[in-house]
Amino acid sequence: MSAVYDKVKQLLVDKFGVPEDEISPTATFTDLDLDSLDLVEFALAAEEELGVRITDEEAEQLDTLDDTVKLLEQKGATVEGAG
Amino acid sequence: MTVDVAVTGIGLVTPAGIGVDRAWQGVLSGRSAGAKDPNLAGIPIDISCRVADFDGNEMLGRKAARRLDRFVQLGLVAAREAVTDSGLDPQTWDGARVGAVIGCGMGGAGTWEAQHTVLMERGPERVSPMLIPMLIPNMVAGHIAIEFHANGPNLVTATACTSGATAIGVARDLLRSGACDVVITGGTEAGLTPLSIAAFGQMHALSGRVDDPGAASRPFDADRDGFVAAEAAGMLVIERADDATARGARVRGRLLGYGASADAHHITAPDPEGVGVGLAIQAALRDAGVGPADVGHINAHGTSTPLNDAAESRVIRRIFGDDAPPVTSTKGVTGHSLGAAGAIEAAFSLLTIEDGLLPPTANLEKQDPEIDLDVVSGEPRKTDAEIVMSNSFGFGGQNGVLVLARA
Repeated sequence: MSAVYDKVKQLLVDKFGVPEDEISPTATFTDLDLDSLDLVEFALAAEEELGVRITDEEAEQLDTLDDTVKLLEQKGATVEGAG
Repeated sequence: MTVDVAVTGIGLVTPAGIGVDRAWQGVLSGRSAGAKDPNLAGIPIDISCRVADFDGNEMLGRKAARRLDRFVQLGLVAAREAVTDSGLDPQTWDGARVGAVIGCGMGGAGTWEAQHTVLMERGPERVSPMLIPMLIPNMVAGHIAIEFHANGPNLVTATACTSGATAIGVARDLLRSGACDVVITGGTEAGLTPLSIAAFGQMHALSGRVDDPGAASRPFDADRDGFVAAEAAGMLVIERADDATARGARVRGRLLGYGASADAHHITAPDPEGVGVGLAIQAALRDAGVGPADVGHINAHGTSTPLNDAAESRVIRRIFGDDAPPVTSTKGVTGHSLGAAGAIEAAFSLLTIEDGLLPPTANLEKQDPEIDLDVVSGEPRKTDAEIVMSNSFGFGGQNGVLVLARA
């Protein structure tokens, strides 16, 4: 998987306390027991770590991690030191 | 309507220890938990009584803990112990009949301060959406409802340092009125933050003994100079005694009476005549159906401030006379846990009766000659007390007195 996926995974583990073995590209935020307040926090964290802003409307639409990573990459997310 | 109320579960998270047994042994040891507090570095009064070994991530899981302010973390862990101790099963009980009434003076002070710093340094768009659900004091009762399927009346009482006692009194009334069959009740507080401690310091409410923190909380001592702020949680499970007996529960004690009053005197200073405190004590005795001579021990509010301890002892003398029972302030060991104090001290009062031991007042070296009471100090003292009174008085002038008795 991409560097952005790895970064998202690391965020979910470090910041949100999600067990690493529950995280996969097809997992949804609901699967990971993350609610709408978590999604707002996730958007804040993603902006800080990846330098792209997810709007509230986009955050509401986020489903699987794969979709999330694609959205972040479309917006030009980059991970320092990668690729 | 008189209804006999049984305490069937106790849970404690205190600076003297986590869990009922360790907390009680810590209190009996008479060793103060006062210590330098690294989180208060740079604040003039940089000492406190912290629950040093409490790690919310470890005890509740990191995923759950990160959404809970510390006052809720402490409260949930204490509530789990109390519910387990009661032998009741939240998976099968009728949740509609189960209430939660919890005392808390400050709410999520730590979260509030941290997020205020985020606002100032990084702007409004960085403020956490979890701030409000972590800050509001009523959330501890909300989390208890969620965890234990308690759909009945659910609230938090805020009467400053009386909050825990008020909660237990209100919870008792829910059993008396028939609104609930079981109530999870108690108090929690985790306000050891730089801003709140700086503010208590500005009020000259805190002990300035920063170079000897273990000796700083010294209720009734001639050299006392203020309280040492603490964090803690104490929870009880209470139910009607008939119900407890019918299900064969282990009853840990009875909640015999509760009395409440207001000083109507000053925002923070106690009424030197103790009129309001006297009213609460008299009301609690009347409610319990006992006289002063029936009370075998008093777990005093005893904060270690010059004003409180003097005023409280005068009222005790006035009501109990020359035959006043022995008095202890467990705040010598635990410090003053504000909204949790009334609840942890109600638990200590029950354990005093159960164990037949009066805990000593830590750091009582030279009793203030103005305090004309038998204050227990040094070692625990054997007792056959059947009835113990627990006093709580709060900023705002709110007073709450509980009368607890042998099972």
